[in-house]
Amino acid sequence: MKISRFFKTILMIDFISGLLIAIKELFKSKKTINYPFEKGKISPRFRGEHALRRYPNGEERCIACKLCEAVCPAQAITIESSQRSDGSRKTTRYDIDMMKCIYCGLCEESCPVDAIVQGPNFEFSTETREELYYTKEKLLDNGDRWENILAANIKSDNPYR
Amino acid sequence: MEYLNIIFQETYKILFLLVPVLVSVAMIVWLDRRVWAFVQKRQGPNVVGPFGLLQSLADALKYIFKEIIIPASSNKVIFILAPIITMTLALTAWAVIPFNENNVLANINVGILYIFAVSSLGVYGIIMGGWASNSKYPFLGAIRSAAQMVSYEVSIGIIIINVLLCVGSLNLNDIVKAQENMWFVIPLFPMFVIFFISALAETNRPPFDLPEAEAELVAGYQTEYSGMMYAMFWLGEYANILLMCALGSILFLGGWLSPIDLFPFNMIPGAIWLIFKILFLFILFALVKAIVPRYRYDQLMRLGWKIFLPLSLTYVVLTASYLFYFNLLPVI
Repeated sequence: MKISRFFKTILMIDFISGLLIAIKELFKSKKTINYPFEKGKISPRFRGEHALRRYPNGEERCIACKLCEAVCPAQAITIESSQRSDGSRKTTRYDIDMMKCIYCGLCEESCPVDAIVQGPNFEFSTETREELYYTKEKLLDNGDRWENILAANIKSDNPYR
Repeated sequence: MEYLNIIFQETYKILFLLVPVLVSVAMIVWLDRRVWAFVQKRQGPNVVGPFGLLQSLADALKYIFKEIIIPASSNKVIFILAPIITMTLALTAWAVIPFNENNVLANINVGILYIFAVSSLGVYGIIMGGWASNSKYPFLGAIRSAAQMVSYEVSIGIIIINVLLCVGSLNLNDIVKAQENMWFVIPLFPMFVIFFISALAETNRPPFDLPEAEAELVAGYQTEYSGMMYAMFWLGEYANILLMCALGSILFLGGWLSPIDLFPFNMIPGAIWLIFKILFLFILFALVKAIVPRYRYDQLMRLGWKIFLPLSLTYVVLTASYLFYFNLLPVI
């Protein structure tokens, strides 16, 4: 054993320098966030919980073209449609099985009228399986709740599409 | 009637000691996790109560309501007895810790021997827990723990002899009073360092947490435990850590004495000083946990038997000859 190594061991130089680093780090700002109270920044392209949007006059955007149903790789979307009395084609059923969904964002991309979108919400865990079978009402409700953020996100992402 | 009165009085005294100890054990767990997190630049527990101070109480509450699972093939009596023994022994040792000149539950004249004996018995709880589980990981953990605690107790014993040579008494009160002029940490600094490291090993703290090395032994002797019994092991472990910190501050850092005998310092009551010193040592414990990797088993044994034992024995000889040569040996 070298003499310098011997003194290094006896005087615990490595240990003490490590301790000093630890004490220095003790007072530095934290790198983690205080999660339930503060949240990390989310990109406008974030693919979270689904929502069905409406036009500003309150009419549903969805025209029941079923492109999303066709493109969905997990086959999570089920759509049934019929003609309404005013002649427009609307969905009578729009279900998403959130447990099948892989959050790939293809439904959002395929939608010609920006009706089905994936919003910034990622905290929609439930206690039962049944609550995750999203129906049309639930999706439209989501759309109403998140409309401001959804519209802003689509607008800010528009130049890159 | 008289007899009952005495019992009640003693019970009050014991409660006045044990309740603060248990509360501080809960706080110290929080502090441990918090310091550990801060070194790693995390937040640590900060939700329950102010700054997360009540986190340990919430944990304890959870443990109380959890089911206690007793393995079918275990030796049930010993399995249940083991955590009880661990916790009881860890708390019993607190009886002789002096918080002030007159503020000690049992001022016995062999206080240091008593602490030493009780903390040595602590290994039984772990061995019993590991053996009674009738499972391989707890058994290996318990064996390791026994070997580790026995080997480091030897060096702790010899370090204590160093202090006793300077004091000439086994009473903890006398040990603190002997440090009025100079804390023993100054003349016996190498011994303080070795005591600190041995205390880490004695209480199964990282880097010597081999008995519960999660990478190899799941959770060591605690593997089969759940619910309140696990919480009792955990309480006993932290009570032991606190005890070792208290012992370190009494033996080397002048117990309840203030660092300098000047106006603003000597106004602060002794118990507060002792608590400060215990906290200082405990924060060191927590920092060490955050910065060092775990020892390998043979390294641990080498450190205990081949380095600490000869070093502390040499220091005993040095201290004794110094005291003898300059005629400083304490008069009893």
